[in-house]
Amino acid sequence: MSIIFNHVCHSYDADTQLKIDALKDVSFKIEDGEFVGLLGHTGSGKSTLVQHMNGLMKATSGEVFFDGKDIADKEYSLKELRSNVGLVFQYPEHQLFEATVFEDVCFGPKNQGLEKKEIELRAFYALKQVGLEEEYFYQSPFELSGGQKRRVAIAGVLAMKPRVLILDEPTAGLDPKGRDEILNLIKKLHDEEKITIILVSHSMDDVANYVDRIMVMNKGQLIFDDVPREVFRHVEELEGMGLAVPQVTYVMHALKNAGMDVNCDITTIPEAVDEIMSCL
Amino acid sequence: MIRDITLGQYYHAESEVHKLDPRTKVVGTFVFIIALFCVSNVWGYILAAVYLALVIKLSTVPFKYMIKGMKPILFLMMITVLFNLFLTAGEPVWSWWKLSISREGIIVACKMAVRLTFLIMGSSVMTLTTTPNSLTDGLERLLRPLKKIKVPVHEISMMMSIALRFIPILIEETDKIMKAQMARGADFESGNLIKKAKSLVPLLVPLFISAFRRANDLAMAMEARCYHGDEGRTKMKPLHYDKRDYFAYLAIWLMFAICIAFGRSLWWAWWL
Repeated sequence: MSIIFNHVCHSYDADTQLKIDALKDVSFKIEDGEFVGLLGHTGSGKSTLVQHMNGLMKATSGEVFFDGKDIADKEYSLKELRSNVGLVFQYPEHQLFEATVFEDVCFGPKNQGLEKKEIELRAFYALKQVGLEEEYFYQSPFELSGGQKRRVAIAGVLAMKPRVLILDEPTAGLDPKGRDEILNLIKKLHDEEKITIILVSHSMDDVANYVDRIMVMNKGQLIFDDVPREVFRHVEELEGMGLAVPQVTYVMHALKNAGMDVNCDITTIPEAVDEIMSCL
Repeated sequence: MIRDITLGQYYHAESEVHKLDPRTKVVGTFVFIIALFCVSNVWGYILAAVYLALVIKLSTVPFKYMIKGMKPILFLMMITVLFNLFLTAGEPVWSWWKLSISREGIIVACKMAVRLTFLIMGSSVMTLTTTPNSLTDGLERLLRPLKKIKVPVHEISMMMSIALRFIPILIEETDKIMKAQMARGADFESGNLIKKAKSLVPLLVPLFISAFRRANDLAMAMEARCYHGDEGRTKMKPLHYDKRDYFAYLAIWLMFAICIAFGRSLWWAWWL
């Protein structure tokens, strides 16, 4: 159940002067059950990359394999791929359209051609999973708050029971509380439902606390692909790409420069606390 | 997929055609279209084609780019051609059941196809080389005399420029919404007509909501900057004619005159 990218390239407007190489020779493998953070500045190609994973975009050259099968094959069912690889886009406003929240979540499973009972069961379960209170189930999705809309959007994809869930900037535009709630929800989905998660973001602090692997994109190329600790060692390179390392890592660097004998490979606050305590 | 629509979009380049005053381009396009519908023999069409090719060459917009923008119109053109082909009365050359094609039908259909193609290409040269803003500026200036009979020229041109400005935004939005719904298994392509129409609901509802939201935001932003319509409003870049505009006008009217002189049916074009 892995996703494999084999030398994937993608260019927009290939035959005009406006040609843009959005992906340049990207290769990697994501195993079942991983929690991956995909980082990159605006326009680095991360959205293009994730759209290749569920067949919304086709590689100009190179292959994408899901479960060992080439998704560009004529016989390969994109419908099946899309129920296995769920993609939640950045703006929930782009997908909410039904009169009630519940009906909207039913849209995905309905497209899968399931029975009515199963559809409703799944929708109900998905809404419970994202922690939306029952009082909102039969309200219009347009009357909800930003965080709630995002939950409904995630539920809309979860109801299809995907094995891989890709979230494109799920925390953009949310307040700190809403952001933590969404991230904890995603963590829970990964730990309890064993769903492979790919989290697209440009916020280091969001990602550092949750993921076990980070992929960094810059100008269409995959620059780093490692555990957070290793990736965040490259402070200067990351800053050169318009990215940063988590706030705590900066604090640790500052402490070291100030003469304290601390380890700088720290990415989360609890780790930093332990490290500083051990030095005192 | 939906990105491929180039009709009405601006193509950035630094050519002589781009630098022309928008009024020149609007008038030029109109004259070209009128000329197209006046000519009736092969010479007229050849002339129009040569003229159009020259202008496209001058504009430095890639021909391929232009052709790509025509694809959506192909369907409309097919219908026009088919209707003309089958419904023009005359000497039949081929018939089957109740359908018949006449010699006149073939000629009329061919003419129609050529005219439509040139018409669309001619007007897309204008829109590809003129930013929506300067285009509506030009139109506003050209239509100013109508203000005397109480036509709200400024308001109309403002609405037009806003509408034009929002076309690319809404196209992009449509693309995003389509993808979001396709990720949930929506299918916009297969099925019969009713099923297809139904499948548009998940696309149109978010699109309309977003269009209304954007309109609201824009109105608020304009209001916040004290927009109050035409009265006392000055232009940052007032339009003025350049030397190249006079040359362009000369070329346009010359083309028009030649088209009228040689493009009408004359005795030596008896075979048409």
